[in-house]
Amino acid sequence: MDVFTFAIERRLADNSGFPESRFEEAMSLSNEQVTEIAHLARLQVDQADLPEYARNLSDILSFVDAMNAMETDSVEPLAHPLEMPQRLREDAVTEENQREQFQAVAPQVEAGLYLVPRVIE
Amino acid sequence: MEWETVIGLEIHAQLATRSKIFSGASTAYGAEPNTQACAVDLGLPGVLPVLNKGAVKMAVKLGLATGCTVAPRSVFARKNYFYPDLPKGYQISQYELPIVHDGELHIELEDGTTKRIGVTRAHLEEDAGKSLHEGFEGVTGIDLNRAGTPLLEIVSEPDIRSSEEAVAYMKKLHSLVRYLGICDGNMQEGSFRCDANVSVRPRGSTEFGTRAEIKNVNSFRFVQQAIDHEVERQIDLIESGGEVVQETRLFDAVKGETRSMRTKEEANDYRYFPDPDLLPLEVDDALVDEARSELPELPDAKKQRFVEQYGLSAYDASVLTASRELADYFEAVADAAGGEGKLAANWVMGELSGALNKAGLDITESPVTPAILGGMLQRITDETISGKIAKQVFEAMWNGEGDADTVIEAHGLKQVTDTGAIEAMIDEVIAANPDQVAQYKGGKDKLLGFFVGQVMKASRGKANPGQVNDLLKKKLDG
Repeated sequence: MDVFTFAIERRLADNSGFPESRFEEAMSLSNEQVTEIAHLARLQVDQADLPEYARNLSDILSFVDAMNAMETDSVEPLAHPLEMPQRLREDAVTEENQREQFQAVAPQVEAGLYLVPRVIE
Repeated sequence: MEWETVIGLEIHAQLATRSKIFSGASTAYGAEPNTQACAVDLGLPGVLPVLNKGAVKMAVKLGLATGCTVAPRSVFARKNYFYPDLPKGYQISQYELPIVHDGELHIELEDGTTKRIGVTRAHLEEDAGKSLHEGFEGVTGIDLNRAGTPLLEIVSEPDIRSSEEAVAYMKKLHSLVRYLGICDGNMQEGSFRCDANVSVRPRGSTEFGTRAEIKNVNSFRFVQQAIDHEVERQIDLIESGGEVVQETRLFDAVKGETRSMRTKEEANDYRYFPDPDLLPLEVDDALVDEARSELPELPDAKKQRFVEQYGLSAYDASVLTASRELADYFEAVADAAGGEGKLAANWVMGELSGALNKAGLDITESPVTPAILGGMLQRITDETISGKIAKQVFEAMWNGEGDADTVIEAHGLKQVTDTGAIEAMIDEVIAANPDQVAQYKGGKDKLLGFFVGQVMKASRGKANPGQVNDLLKKKLDG
């Protein structure tokens, strides 16, 4: 059991705060949608695993759906769990050229450029 | 059917910071590939972005100059997509809460009226690197020097109704960011580029048509061409029974047309979410005050002042305030000329601009300094030289022969105002042209011009034209 399934099943077990009706309406993902999500994340997914991923991801969405049912109109959206503002740095150049070191671990370089498989047809 | 064009512009202005938006690497243009790409820019594991205060302040300045609300709290988000010149797999941008929003810009139209264009928002984001496809076999070269360069994306409301208005808006914003010193405005180097959202609808309709987005247009002329072509394409398409598809299109400058960018349909799904590496950005009053105190006189205010202080026409004032450098040059000339604003404006916009254009020089590269030009204008006002001779003096100054007094002395160009000397020349001219004198006396008044010309010629242009005119009349009529 993965960590998400575990979390959801635990919430289901103690049944705290989930309006039942909302839960039943929860959306369920198709295998095609899982394939599309995997493509966006550039993940290779085995066809045989699709139904299981679809089920797991749908469970997560149900979990989110349950949260969506909460009354949050008076709550300011949380951008970051740490309640403090960002520190700023002065606009100054502090980095030196370290191209040699960086390119020493690159698979392929030429004329100072990193080379990657051709990206346009 | 009569169609109305609806345009909204998204302009990316590269901010003129020394270092990148989230790292201390240099942003200088033209360096050897990847020599200004540090661990943060490369997206190496374990690195964290730290926001550049300079970039924040520049965004606030643009906000203040366009009447935007500066958000006391804004948030950075990740825009996710895969491309090799984006090493992290996401671009750090702002999505729901941009740093400034809800402002406006007033553009001048050809008929002399002004029009308000709403500024929806401006947000901070990082630029991507560059992909080089030419000169490699089966591979693409990646230069990440540009990765992490701060950009301000300035989004207009769909208030623009023609390609002319779009160009006017773009020029106005271009001038503004350069006045503010937040962007060098260099369009060839991509420091100021434009995406245009274009749609058409039947005139009178209140609903928007489906829009196409034309990406990355980097000159005023191309923006006009791209929009004109796109509008025509959409109208033709609809009138022949087709439908406009919402898509991204590229402008082909060689063919002067737009074409669809994606061959296969792949919907953009950027999956924005708040970047957990960056805490919310708080812009406090102190920072806003600091930015405000550093604002220069803005183009509209300067233009108004030029009209009031120097008595310039609105047109002249707007030409002279088009760039801060030109405005500064003009003011220095007017100062050196003892406050003769109109005369200074005529010379800066006439003789000087003509010479600069011909030589392909920018106002900052003028071989004639404002002090030297202003000094010559003083010689016009104190009648040492005539306006006509001044053109000769200007040419000599342009060629590096020194200031006006030196040139006037060296070439003996001082205006002749001695009545006796002028009268002597007039007498000679009258004696040499008895036929014309007879015709003039017979009622051919127009011949006065001929005599003035002859006397000016005899004086090699140096006689005071006003005096010549008066004295001639006296002699011929008397």
